[in-house]
Amino acid sequence: MTFKPKLASWAMALALCSTAASAQTLVYCSEGSPEGFDPALYTSGTTFDASSHPIYNRLTQFKVGTTEVIPGLAESWEVSEDGKTITFNLRKGVKFHNNDMFTPTRDFNAEDVIFSFDRQGNEDNPYYTVSGGTWEYFGGMSMPDLIESIEAPDEYTVVFNLTRPEAPMIANMAMDFASIVSKEYADAMLEAGTPEMVNQAPIGTGPFTFQAYQKDAVIRYLRNDDYWGDKAKAEALIFAITPDASVRYQKVQAGECHVTAYPNPADIQAMKDNPDIVVMEQEGLNVGYLAYNTLMAPYDNAKVRKALNMAIDKQAIIDVVFQGSGQIAKNPIPPTMWSYNDAVVDDPYDPEGARAMLEAEGVSDLKMKIWAMPVQRPYNPNARRMAELMQEDFAKIGVEVEIVSYEWGEYLSRSRALDRDGAVLLGWTGDNGDPDNFLAVLLGCDGLENSNRANWCHQPFEDLIQKAKVLGTQAERQPLYEEAQVIFKDQAPWATIAHSVVYMAMRPEVDGYIVHPLGGHIFDQVGLK
Amino acid sequence: MLKYLAARLLTFVPTFVGVTLISFAFIRVLPGDPIIVMAGERGLTEERYAELSAQFGFDRPIHIQFWEYFTGVLQGDLGQSFVTKRPVWDEFFTLFPATLELSICAMIFAVVLGLPAGVIAAVNRGKFFDRALMSTALVGYSMPIFWWALLLIIVFSGNLQWTPVSGRIDLLYYFPNASGFMLYDALASGQSGAFKSAVRHLLLPTIVLGTIPLAVIARQTRSAMLEVLGEDYIRTARAKGLPPFRINGIHALRNALIPVITVIGLSVGTLLAGAILTETIFSWPGIGKWMVDSIFRRDYPVVQGGLLLIAVMVMVVNLTVDVLYGVINPKIRKR
Repeated sequence: MTFKPKLASWAMALALCSTAASAQTLVYCSEGSPEGFDPALYTSGTTFDASSHPIYNRLTQFKVGTTEVIPGLAESWEVSEDGKTITFNLRKGVKFHNNDMFTPTRDFNAEDVIFSFDRQGNEDNPYYTVSGGTWEYFGGMSMPDLIESIEAPDEYTVVFNLTRPEAPMIANMAMDFASIVSKEYADAMLEAGTPEMVNQAPIGTGPFTFQAYQKDAVIRYLRNDDYWGDKAKAEALIFAITPDASVRYQKVQAGECHVTAYPNPADIQAMKDNPDIVVMEQEGLNVGYLAYNTLMAPYDNAKVRKALNMAIDKQAIIDVVFQGSGQIAKNPIPPTMWSYNDAVVDDPYDPEGARAMLEAEGVSDLKMKIWAMPVQRPYNPNARRMAELMQEDFAKIGVEVEIVSYEWGEYLSRSRALDRDGAVLLGWTGDNGDPDNFLAVLLGCDGLENSNRANWCHQPFEDLIQKAKVLGTQAERQPLYEEAQVIFKDQAPWATIAHSVVYMAMRPEVDGYIVHPLGGHIFDQVGLK
Repeated sequence: MLKYLAARLLTFVPTFVGVTLISFAFIRVLPGDPIIVMAGERGLTEERYAELSAQFGFDRPIHIQFWEYFTGVLQGDLGQSFVTKRPVWDEFFTLFPATLELSICAMIFAVVLGLPAGVIAAVNRGKFFDRALMSTALVGYSMPIFWWALLLIIVFSGNLQWTPVSGRIDLLYYFPNASGFMLYDALASGQSGAFKSAVRHLLLPTIVLGTIPLAVIARQTRSAMLEVLGEDYIRTARAKGLPPFRINGIHALRNALIPVITVIGLSVGTLLAGAILTETIFSWPGIGKWMVDSIFRRDYPVVQGGLLLIAVMVMVVNLTVDVLYGVINPKIRKR
């Protein structure tokens, strides 16, 4: 079933698209199909590109091109002294979209905010199980433990009572899962017996209104002329779903689409040389790493880990595996993130020194396993090749490496075991631009047997990140995270490998596109010259 | 004939049960847990795992899961995709017309060119035409679909700009995709140029998907024709002085058709397998890509439902082929 809008809207869209103005229709060749249009139900960037960015807003939002948090549907907010109460003051006069099943009778208000979160955490909410709701992100960001209650003292004020102070909460409110849906629409659909329409025919407050989705082919949006913020520049936005990267390249070249993402690394040079294509690039908000099991000998010795890190020729990895579209990582957080400590000095590539260090620690004839992921990720486009390069590097210092791999689901679950044999290649893409989202999730003691693949629970580091979590301002938190990165480098639970570089290819007439460090593709301020 | 049809239909029942069981078992035999895959690098707690497991019904014994699935299938309920949360049935019928349209066009392309090519090659056995056609067929058969598709795109869409790169119709056209068959919908929309655009979009995918069946049909037609051309009744026909067109086109070809139809029937499977790559490259919203994505995501309901529906389709095609044998050769239906 494809949602079918009114004929009037079709006629309108056609009129828009077929005037010369196709100048005003922006076509984006996207890499895949959205799983649905309710961002809280899903976790993939492809789905967020098609749902949360064009259709919805959140209480706070990330300023495009930065990880800075700015007001969204909340005009302002206050955090209580103890950090456990956050009061959001909501924007007035914000209109929800309409479609042929629903016309809103009221503006956005506190009821919508409470509903948007309540349905994700309250089993008694009728929407809790609609569309097979699993609310992965809400759970993944620990919201059920963190949010004690949400209250609305009046129509335009919402108070979040937390179980503990949590500085990243304001940034969390800008994440896709926190998109605000219309309670009135949800109620209407429930009454009509079609609650799944909230996911299939979305109604939001965002810069574009959803028009139609033809599965695996095309998504169409029209500009929301009642938008509360800066109106979108393009009158119509079309996502032409094109899974193959070479074909996307051909389509931009042929003018069948204006913008595309995820080009093949091998095509980037040719694209840069092509006068009909403009290539933009930015470091991705991610990190690829090799995590030792710090609970197992000899990897429980920081000097051994350090020696192994010194044996890895990272530049060769950037050249071969990333084909140049990456940069060497020295910290566990990417350079685009606030609190990145540029003063940290990376372990030098020094096989001789590494061999000597291992000998000094009494380690000889070491045999180790390196786990290579079976899938491609932005932070690691070819884990098998990366593991092979490391195998050669380690052979030079007398360490024999066996490469192992499992099916992706198996890989993820087995690599969490505390008694895991071997070092694991994995990585992370940031969710909310907050250092806590890397340092606490990937290296904190709470992440043991889960996302902390190094099984590293180091008290001095843990104290710093826990302290930083509860402090109010970025200025107060920054020095703690900087110090944590120094400890991390000294203790070397991982070999930090690379941050990928994100490329976007577009036609020269595209105006105003900004590569967003959080990875989303956002088109409201993009026009055509 | 009816008795023959009924006997063929009866064999459907055990095959159907078997296919349901195999499609159910297949995806579960593959390593990889859908819940862990869904959680990705983030991971999830044991409590959350248990909760989701219960929600998806994985906490019940496997035979009960199968029984519920099987009774659901009998009532026309194939379940709901874990990923898109939509009924498998809806997804299938949204996407299937695109695959069917492309497959039909590819098959027409393969038959229309393959049959005459095979006949011409057989009649000119050992001569230039024969060698040229059969070498071309061999190349066509051995060509990797992926490479062939990209080559055509680069030449015809990139360099010459004769055909669009991918998609089903120009994005300018916007009308309800009511039947799912773009050619029909474009015509029915009444928008000028829409039908032409749909045809232009079909050209390259049709050629790519039809190339292997074309090669197979041409080779099969040639060898079947050669066999028939050596028969006594053909010699008699020649002796009677019948024109070559009547001999080759009617007497020989009709008898050579049985193995060719078998090959055409079997090609349906090839078309579906080829559709996976063709659909991915040409951004064609069909069931091939849908199935592959679902296997990677371990989307159990989609994989088992999709496999079942595809298997039923292949069974129906085979049944049709069997019936066609009877039509072409009455001796078969009397056996």
